[in-house]
Amino acid sequence: MKYNLSKVKRVSKPVLALMYIVCIFFAILSLLPFIVMIVNATRNTYQVQQHAFSFVPSKYLLSNLKILNSKQTFHPVRGFINSMIISSGSTICAVYFSTLTAYALVAYTWKLRGAFFSLVLAFLMIPMQVTSIGFYQMMYRIHMTNNFLPLILPAIASPSMVFFMRQYMIPSLPLEIVESARVDGCHEFRIFNQIVIPMMKPAMATQGIFSFVASWNQLFLPQILLTNKKRYTMPIMVSLLKGDIYKTEYGAVYLGLTLTILPLFVVYFLLSKYIIAGVALGGVKG
Amino acid sequence: MEKRKTFSYSRYGYLFSIPFVVAFLIFWLYPILYTAIIGFTDLKGISATKFHFLSEPFKNFKTVLTSSSFRTALRNTVVIWIINFIPQIVFALLFTAWFTSPRCKIRGQGFFKIVFYMPNIMTAATVAVLFQALFAYPTSPMNDLLTKFGIIASPFNFEVSKTSAKLIVAFIQFWMWYGYTMIILISGVLGINPEIFEAAEIDGCTSAQTFFRITIPCLRTILLYTTITAMIGGLNMYDIPRLYLNGGPDNATLTTNVYIYNQAFAGSYLYNRAAAASMIMLIIIAVCSIAVFQMYKEKDQSKVDRKRRHLAAKKEVTE
Repeated sequence: MKYNLSKVKRVSKPVLALMYIVCIFFAILSLLPFIVMIVNATRNTYQVQQHAFSFVPSKYLLSNLKILNSKQTFHPVRGFINSMIISSGSTICAVYFSTLTAYALVAYTWKLRGAFFSLVLAFLMIPMQVTSIGFYQMMYRIHMTNNFLPLILPAIASPSMVFFMRQYMIPSLPLEIVESARVDGCHEFRIFNQIVIPMMKPAMATQGIFSFVASWNQLFLPQILLTNKKRYTMPIMVSLLKGDIYKTEYGAVYLGLTLTILPLFVVYFLLSKYIIAGVALGGVKG
Repeated sequence: MEKRKTFSYSRYGYLFSIPFVVAFLIFWLYPILYTAIIGFTDLKGISATKFHFLSEPFKNFKTVLTSSSFRTALRNTVVIWIINFIPQIVFALLFTAWFTSPRCKIRGQGFFKIVFYMPNIMTAATVAVLFQALFAYPTSPMNDLLTKFGIIASPFNFEVSKTSAKLIVAFIQFWMWYGYTMIILISGVLGINPEIFEAAEIDGCTSAQTFFRITIPCLRTILLYTTITAMIGGLNMYDIPRLYLNGGPDNATLTTNVYIYNQAFAGSYLYNRAAAASMIMLIIIAVCSIAVFQMYKEKDQSKVDRKRRHLAAKKEVTE
């Protein structure tokens, strides 16, 4: 620093107070819906009807859980397992194959490399939803609806993750190490698995979190592909809570909602620092 | 010898991109082409797979473009996106200015960032159903709160008012995304050369001057990038309008994706019409993507130009 920081004029106290008020207001705004949801999950229908807004938890958590289970449609455990299979499967596919594709783009010089990278860039912005009709028809024809594979395997081709991995790999992967492994007689595929993958771990972890969360939250494709109730994912389960059978069971609905995002709460509060850093990293990829 | 060596390694470049290419061809390209083809056919009816091309090829596209519900859906999508995006970018910029300014050290920034970003990570479907519960009529936390503080005398039915339905969907969208936009912008500001800010400080710029004359112009590319990616995300809005009021009341929150879903997977299963609508959306999105591309190119070009000018200047000096 060339200039003295202490000379920087600070904002006046009232302005600073105003800033804090706005920040706290927005923090409350972000948290309040979740707090109301969690508190109401512990209250019964009568209490919610009397005062829908309350900060005081009650003691009806278990009875709400019983109501939720008695209706036979909302199965948080089954939804959790299904979502877990799809999200883990697609995350592993996305992270591993995106790193492999990025490695192909960074470490080797090949004739179609430029053209291939342009293709990746061209499909960076195309969301899967616009292709859904053809996707559904194709899967229906080969009897793959109600199967998890159509929701897992497409992750092998994740253009945005390939782009990110390439940007990360260029400055952080010293090609000399790859070269010396080659001299030692290491096979190319082994070099990738045993040298490149460990070096890319930080990027793979952050991208993995985002891929997992995105897959977990996905509604459109699972909704059109999975018609069998046993195959429903968490977000599809949520749409069941809107049904008529829960119309008067306020507490149970709030509890159901809480259960669907409980895993995300846990993940977020354990990893929020890395997640925020990951978002920031994604923003400066340009 | 050297040449042969690079040739043998280039093989692996192809080899390692095979999984991506295969998955891409099966799960991206084929469905896109298939969707495009379905748009020109008579494919409809539950679990139908056989189709014939129409004698009038663009009939589905015409039907979609002239249909009042598609137009309403497109208008709603744009209106809801704009109502959400303007406050989103304004507050994201405001927080960026506060959190990066050397003049105010706001404590607990880490906490605020974590809390502001949190709604973004939560399942949109859950958030939509949660807000429906929060704004329900007659008993809901929102109505309870508003009547308790005497803002309204009796509970308000948020679900039948077209305006409030749109505003709530836009608000949910704002609420889920302002934290994300803020973090992207903060990382953009941290990427600006600090010497520029030092120079501004020495020249006696006010905070407002520094922000509007230096920070925002330096963030131009990131702002454009955020705007266009947010726009593409907005054009694909589905979970919230679908689960909040399923496009209602009276199509007030019907977005293009909800329209596509309703055409194809509800009612009379008009796959052909839904496919045509998807293709129209794809064209709109492609135009936006090209805009992003041009933006990157311009940026790269200006970088090259700057470097060239810099080199030329250096040369002049040495000569």
